[in-house]
Order: sequence, then C-alpha cells, then structure tokens
Amino acid sequence: MTGFVGKSIPRKEGREKVTGRAKYVDDLTFPGMIRGTTVRSSIARGRITAIRFEPEIPWSEFTIVTARDIPGKNCIALILDDQPCLCDGRINHPEEPVLLLAHPDPYLLEQARRAVRVEAEPLPTVFTIEDSLARKQVIWGEDNIFKSFLVQRGDVDAAWKVSDFVVEGEYLTGAQEQLYIEPNGMIAVANPNDGVTVWGSMQCPFYVHKALAALFNLPKEKVRVVQTETGGGFGGKEEYPSMLAAHAALLAWKSGKPVKMIYDRAEDMAATTKRHPSRTRHRTAVTRDGKLLALDIDFTLDGGAYETLSPVVLSRGTIHAAGPYFCPNVRVRARAVATNAPPHGAFRGFGAPQSIFALERHMDRVARAVGLSPAEFRRRNFIQQDQTSAVGQVIRERVDMARLMDRALELSGFEAKSCRFAAENPGNHLKRGMGLAAFMHGAGFTGSGEEYLASVAGVEATSDGVIRVLSASTEIGQGTNTIFAQIAADALGIPYDLVEIAQPDTSQVPNSGPTVASRTCMVVGKLVESAALGLKQTLLGSGLLREPYTGLEFANACKQYVAARGALKSTVQFQPPPGIHWNDQTYQGDAYAAYAWAVYVAEVTVDTVTFETRVDDFVAVQEVGKVVNPVLATGQIEGGIAQAIGYALFENVVWREGRMVNSQMTNYIMPTSADLPRIRIFFEEHPYPYGPMGAKGIGELPIDGPAPAIVNAIEQATGVSITKIPVTPEVLMETLEAVHV
Amino acid sequence: MSDATGKISIACTVNGKRVTLRAFPMERLLDVLRSNLHLTGTKEGCGEGECGACSILMNGELVNSCLVPALHADGASITTIEGLSLGDALHVVQRAFLECGGAQCGICTPGMVLAAVNLLERAPSPTEAQIREGLSGILCRCTGYMRIFESVLQACRASGIHK
Repeated sequence: MTGFVGKSIPRKEGREKVTGRAKYVDDLTFPGMIRGTTVRSSIARGRITAIRFEPEIPWSEFTIVTARDIPGKNCIALILDDQPCLCDGRINHPEEPVLLLAHPDPYLLEQARRAVRVEAEPLPTVFTIEDSLARKQVIWGEDNIFKSFLVQRGDVDAAWKVSDFVVEGEYLTGAQEQLYIEPNGMIAVANPNDGVTVWGSMQCPFYVHKALAALFNLPKEKVRVVQTETGGGFGGKEEYPSMLAAHAALLAWKSGKPVKMIYDRAEDMAATTKRHPSRTRHRTAVTRDGKLLALDIDFTLDGGAYETLSPVVLSRGTIHAAGPYFCPNVRVRARAVATNAPPHGAFRGFGAPQSIFALERHMDRVARAVGLSPAEFRRRNFIQQDQTSAVGQVIRERVDMARLMDRALELSGFEAKSCRFAAENPGNHLKRGMGLAAFMHGAGFTGSGEEYLASVAGVEATSDGVIRVLSASTEIGQGTNTIFAQIAADALGIPYDLVEIAQPDTSQVPNSGPTVASRTCMVVGKLVESAALGLKQTLLGSGLLREPYTGLEFANACKQYVAARGALKSTVQFQPPPGIHWNDQTYQGDAYAAYAWAVYVAEVTVDTVTFETRVDDFVAVQEVGKVVNPVLATGQIEGGIAQAIGYALFENVVWREGRMVNSQMTNYIMPTSADLPRIRIFFEEHPYPYGPMGAKGIGELPIDGPAPAIVNAIEQATGVSITKIPVTPEVLMETLEAVHV
Repeated sequence: MSDATGKISIACTVNGKRVTLRAFPMERLLDVLRSNLHLTGTKEGCGEGECGACSILMNGELVNSCLVPALHADGASITTIEGLSLGDALHVVQRAFLECGGAQCGICTPGMVLAAVNLLERAPSPTEAQIREGLSGILCRCTGYMRIFESVLQACRASGIHK
C-alpha cells in the first residue's frame, strides 16, 4: 500500500482545475457584496495638501476610507512596520495608497476613483542605487540604508599581493514582475462584533493574520484568514496580500458589507512588489593555475520606499553571493537602499538570482583571464563535502558539483558544440554559443529563521476515516496538496486517496509558517511525516489497529477511535536538525540546513541583424534530495527556468519617476509557448536525512542559474561581454555597435 | 431591443443549452458568462486580450472573451470549460492535462485546455511547431509549457486509441 513518494501521482486538486470548478477569489460572491478600489498618489514623494472630490459623482453612495478610519496601528505589520496601510500625509512612492472607495457598481466605482484629486507638494526624490548611496536626498532613516551585512572569512586584502591575476567587474540586474496570471484579490467581512475575516489569493495566511490583528487592534481569535485557490504566487503573494486584505477589511468594517477587491493587471503590475534591482561589484584574486584566492563582493539592492522584506532578501542574496565554490578569503559587503519606487519584495530566488547572476558571469571572465575553460576553472574551485563555505558553514551533506557539471556538459554536447559554433560563427549573422552556470540554493529560512518560526503542522482523522493534513502551507501551483498527501499516505501506510488536505484557514489549521523559501516540502513536509507517524502510533497503541493492515482496516480503526474516544489528531513542532548553529551577529554558521545543487547549460543563437537572442536548448542538472513527485518537480523546475529566461532576455520594467510605465502584458513581455526551447530536466538524488523521505527544497533553485548561463552563451557567441540583464535587443545592439565602431 | 436600462436580449447557445441573456451591448462577454450564467471557469488575467485566460470557443473559433462585446454573442454557439466534460467524465484533453502535469496553479488551465481542444480539431496530429503556435495565445507562468506540450501529445495518443 505504500510507495507514493517518488511516483508521479496526479495533482490532488487537478480535477477541479482542469474542469474549471476550482474556486479562486474572484469566483466567490457574498450576499450584499460591494466592490472596493484604491486611490493612489500621483507623485513619487511629497506632502499631501488637499484631497478633492469632483462634483459629478454621488459621493454619498460611497464608502470612503482614509488613514483616520484605521482602528489600530497604521502599518502593514511585517518586520519593521514602516510601511503605512494608507498614506498619512507623506507620500514616499508613486503608487502609495491614499484613500479607499467602495460601491456596489464597479463601473461607477472606477469613475469615482478617477474623480478624486490628490494634491501634493513635491519633495526631492531618489530613484537609483547610486543616488541613494550618495545620499543625494535622505528619504529613509538617517542614510537611506535599510540593512547592511558584512561577511568576512580569511583576509581578502592580504590576497591581492600574492595573486597572479585580479579580475574586476560590475553587474546589474533589473526589476522583474512575478506576473502570476491571477491578479491579487481579496474579499473581506468585518465588523466590531465578529472581528475580521478575509478570503483571498495568498501564500502566507498567518502573515495576513498578523497584519490584520495589528491594524484593527484585535485579539488573534477575532481575525480569520482563508486562502482560496491561488493562481500563482512566485513571492508576489508573500507580503503584498496583507496590504490588500487590510484595504478590503477597512472598507468592509466601515460599510458593514462584504467587500471584494480584485486588482486589474495594470494596478497589480505597477503597485505591487517586484524583484529588487541590483548592482554587484566583484574583485577576485586567482592563481595562475586557476585557484580562487579571494572574492571581494559588493552587493547592493534597491529596496524601494519601505523596508518591508528587503533585509531578508538581502540576507539570502549575500549568503549565496560566493556560490558553490571554496575560497579561503571572502568578503561580502551588502546593503539594501531606499528609493522612491513601490517597495520591492519577495520573488522566487529572493536575492540569490541577483548575486548569482553577477558571480556566474564573473567566473567566466576570471576563467578567461586565467586561460582556462569555464568548466575547468569551475571544476578546480567547486566546494567539496567537509569544506567550509564563505559564511563558515561546513558542508556536511554529500555534494558533487563536478559530477553535475560533467552530466550537464555531456547532455548538452557542450564541448563539441562550442567547437562547432566557433568554426561556423565567423561570417554568419547568426552567432551561436554555449554557456553554463553552477550554483546552489539553500532550502528553508536562513540561519536561525526556522527556529524562530517554530512551525507546527498536523494530521487528524475524521469520523469518516479519512486523514486530513492540517497546515497553513498553501497550494499555489507548486504541488503542496499532492506531495503532503503522498508523504502522509506513505508515513501511515494507507492509500493516497484516503488523505485530504485541509483548506488553509487560520481558524482551523496550525501555523506551519509562510509558503516561501523552498521550505514547504523539506521543512513542513517533514512535520507532516512526523505527525502522521505519531497518529499511526496512537492508533496502533489503542489496540484498534494491528500491523499489517489494509487501507480499509485503517479507515475503520480511525472511525472507531473517533467514535469511542473523540478527536484523533497529531501535531508536531519544528525542531532543528542536530548540529545546526547560526550566529546572527557575526553572520557565520549553518546558513541553511540543506542546499539544492545545480549546473545548467544554455545554447543560444544571437541574430546580429535583429539583435534578438533565442535560447535553442536548455539542460538543467540538479541534486535536490529525494524527488517526491517527478512530474510535479520537473514541471516546477521547467517553469522556474522559463521565468528565468524571461528575466534574462525579455522582462524589462521601464521606470519613470519611480513608476512602472509598461504595466501591461502588451509591453512587459513574458515567454509564450513559442519563445522557449526544449527545457530538459535531470535529477540526481542524494537523500537528505532530515527531509521527508530524503527530500530537500526545489522551488527557487531553477530561477538562479539560467540568466548567467544564457549571458555566458551570448558572450561565447558574439565575443562581447554583457554585464546586465535583461539582454533586450536594444541592449545587445548598443553593446555590439559600441564594440564594432 | 434595448430596455430602459439600455440592456438588450442576446439569444445564444452556451455549452449546448439555448439561453437568452440580458446584457449591455458592449458589456464584455467574459463578464456576462461569469456574472449572468455563473460560468466562473472562464478567468480574467489581463482584460486586454494578451494572456488568454478568458479564452472560450465561439462558433468553433478560440476567442478572448474579454475582447468580445456581448452583442456579438447573439446567435452564437459558445463552449466554455464547463461545457467540455460530461458529468464526471473528463474530456480526453482534460484527462491528459491531469495525468501529464499540464495544470499547476490552474488559472490558465481552462483557456489552455480549450486552446488545445481547438488545436486538435484543426490538426489532429500536430507537429511541435503547430502545438507551440496553437497555444501561444495563452500565457502560463507556472509550467514553462513543457508539461502542456506533453499533455497535448498524450491527448493525441489517447484519441488515437479511442478512434
């Protein structure tokens, strides 16, 4: 009866999704429900002087909410609580929410939104990392710095003198929109008697819960958050849903009616979080036989107007900045700075795609300086089991980057194609090239994060003899429901169909933490496994069940137990694996309990007439521990690679005065089915002893490596070194023409 | 035709049933299907004809229902995702999406499944290029499309067996 883990079991909620029966937030209607909308600031920074309501609108029919209507603290509680829920007079970015409106008629509501004039006295602004660092204006705190980190290992400054080569470079990455196809949406019911309940699209029900409790100054039990079917997240529904839930709930509280707020695409793209733009500077010391002596890395993220999650994004980017290499001397100086753009936030990879892009572009240039091939140079520097990472973590898990690279090179035909393209490219306007990237991604919260979270998950038996998994971990397309059911079924020794997943509802499920950081399978999945084993022991101990048993016998035993003794429920709280230590002060220690490791290869064609780049083939080899569901895992990685191909080549956020001006799918271009190569996925499995059945995390890994692999391939094809993404045709044209003039 | 509110009567066939709808002539067909007929399987992703989540079959053509004025539906035959399966029996394309991992978050799935059905009606044994072209009007952010291509091929194989 066991053996579901490792098999491609169809998606648990798949039938509802392929038939269109799955209910997303916009599919729900409540009696008497009205619609809400947001009036936003018109400038990037300033002081509001007046709010005028144009006379053509019947304003008495509207519910109007301002900051004065907030019962508790006017902030979106997260880390520092510096982001207001509604503007209290000071504008810090161009999409700042100023006022909320609600009305039953959505057409009139939109007219009304346009008939509110926010008048403001402008203040000086800052829009770039350079201007923010130079304190052209101080717009946040004393120095525009949200957070800074210093990682030091060995003595970087002593290495320059003894090295044979020193290679420097600067690398830039742009913002990226998550572009989940379901926009953010929320429905709220709220009043002083019953408290606040919201239903919506989200990754982290308990983040929303925390924000609402603070905003309304309500006890925890008076706030309820329910996740509806969620049409993609990618980090874009990590922190932002707290803002939208707050707005819907304020309108519901004041109007006494259920309020639905669904962003249209333009508002969703312009006003909600995006990936942090970044600037990374590398200075690397290396010996003539290609051994890394020192990595000196300066890493800066543009955090936007409020701190929000920037310190955490910066932390992950910082820890991943030295990559899967052993280097005796490392210094990473990192900081997140303020600009007058909407806050940048969580997006799959969480800082690592930025620092890994810089590193893996730079490693190709270091290899060239030394006179080694990109593969050979990397091979000489890969971190080995029992070696110590830049943050002082002894890598205890089995790691074999050289094997992953050998497989990737072989599967992609790297060497033979590189030779062939080198021979064919001269004189041809189509230039082809191969590029690779080697990287890793830590699973779970950084450092002591999982210990602080202290997540809880459980399983319970129903009176029908069905097992329900209880967690706040959300299904957002990545397969939570399916893998939890597989893990629980195997732990209990029962059929997959006997396991159900409880809807994430803060009044019904324990806080298993946010659905982020590649932690759901490895961390929460392990809790589900442990809880299931606990429930099985209880049932065996009760004498109602004896091994071996069938699914039917198990279900009958559950029914008897529940009928005779009441609830049959088992919950487990996170305990760190043994020997994991992290020091937040020195930023040294076991940054992550486990890593996924990977080597990716891109094959590209660059058209030197149109300046378009096409990815022709993509090979992704990764070691992720036990693969719980091969079809789901493969699909998730393919999707991450597709998103990263967009990041590398197409997805260009155009800013004007802190505002995204191409906030449409017409002019912000993501890959279609016609734009992508065959994406070929290969797994190595080194079971991780503290993951469920040996599994680690995989969600973020695939977005880290493709961009540098692609740009490395562009360099091989064209001979031109490009150091920023996205490599749009415009960027390529400017770069190639500058070289050829 | 229009009453005091400006609404008109629209007679059409939706998922095999004849219906008469009351709607403003320029109302989006997407909204009429979702609000008047409660067919919420048709999704809105962008509202400007780019993402294809609102795709339906109208007189045998795949259209973005967010771009179709309701009055154009008069006399039309419309199939939404809800009209594809009979009771609990899945359409061969739906079953293939379920088996091959063609659906992840599911928000593009109704439009994508209808695009695949429409493609297979036009090209029962499509080449990879035809599949890529035939699905290119529907954006998916989760899958990278590979499992969707596999689903279409699986549906072809399964249809072949049933023929």
